[in-house]
Amino acid sequence: MPHDDHDHPHSLLPPEPALRVKALESILVAKGLVDPAAMAAILDTYETKVGPHLGAKVVARAWADPAFRALLLTDTNAAMTRMGIGGRQGEHVVAVENTAQTHNMVVCTLCSCYPWPLLGIPPAWYKSDAYRARAVREPRKVLAEFGVTLPEGRSVRVWDSTAEVRYLVIPMRPDGTDGMDEAALTTLVTRDSMIGTGLAEAPQ
Amino acid sequence: MTRVHDMGGRHGDGAVIPEPQGMVPVGANWQRSALALTLAAGGLGAWSIDTSRHAREKLSPKDYARFSYYEKWIAALADLLAEAGLVTEAELSAGTASAAAPHPKLFTADKVAPALARGTPYTRASDIDPAFAPGDRVRTRLPARNAFVPGGHTRLPAYAAGQTGTVILTHGAHVFPDTNAHRMGECPEPLYTVAFAAADLWGVAEAEGDEVTLDLWQSYLEPA
Repeated sequence: MPHDDHDHPHSLLPPEPALRVKALESILVAKGLVDPAAMAAILDTYETKVGPHLGAKVVARAWADPAFRALLLTDTNAAMTRMGIGGRQGEHVVAVENTAQTHNMVVCTLCSCYPWPLLGIPPAWYKSDAYRARAVREPRKVLAEFGVTLPEGRSVRVWDSTAEVRYLVIPMRPDGTDGMDEAALTTLVTRDSMIGTGLAEAPQ
Repeated sequence: MTRVHDMGGRHGDGAVIPEPQGMVPVGANWQRSALALTLAAGGLGAWSIDTSRHAREKLSPKDYARFSYYEKWIAALADLLAEAGLVTEAELSAGTASAAAPHPKLFTADKVAPALARGTPYTRASDIDPAFAPGDRVRTRLPARNAFVPGGHTRLPAYAAGQTGTVILTHGAHVFPDTNAHRMGECPEPLYTVAFAAADLWGVAEAEGDEVTLDLWQSYLEPA
């Protein structure tokens, strides 16, 4: 049964966040429940290795290579594995492609589910109450706050990630990029364009 | 019926504030510790992602609203550790504990890279046959609730309860959060992505044809 009493154990910790974390860390390390070296390895992963540059590589390859694009759309995890990308919070990924007819946008209204192996840790706005509350009801107003206005006639499909399926938006390939190679295309793929609150950048 | 985390469609939250593209900085040192501590303690395998989500959701509405993101993580972590019998209330009050031998399932540094790379797949074999296929019209449970535990964990948001939509994707059978969160077993069942017309959910859509999709388990759904 859920405990709905209001004396949750966490309230025994000090009130100030930094002290709360420090107290919990001291307890867990002393009791042999957490290895400080594992904490350092986790931080190193998400601060230096895993981020939206990985998702951008996937998108750029999909733009450049029709066979890869086809695989990405039918078996996203197989396509990711081909590029050595996968893991925690990306076990079941579905890539959804923006077109002239449909713009896709991703949210998790119940918490903050996000495709970590492709995009890294989520930005603060993605985890904010405002985004979680509004993205499903008024996505176009939210898009306007990101400076995005969609052309007339393009519909919006908002994906609320309520299960362990994670969504990757494949933004539309910008005009004027015909001669560009995959590495150059990668630089046009922003984090927000893969969440659907942004568009890929135009080439310089 | 609902809990504070179930906020999809809510009015009154104000603007979304964009931030620079690229990798996201974790933040202050205490936020970095909160992230690392939560994942490292999760590596003990003493709770599932469903149990940990529910631990955050059942924070009191007052705490949920006033806590920042990583404060929620830390509060839920303390509650999970106490629930699992891994730390005592006396230790939490003191902020210290006596030294003990490493836990047999201690998540050591060498386990980090393989565990993060492997993840935790949620698909399972199931003896429950799929009842729906893409194109089928389905109606969601009303009210949104956990059918086993009053006030328990569920992944059907209130805004989508009692609504009719169309199955657009099937995902095979996935672990069922409504039981798994409460340590009642994984009880895998078919999972679907269902598309709803925004006009049906909100009374009026920003533009005709706009849709919202949700990932929903079979027992949340009935034929429409």
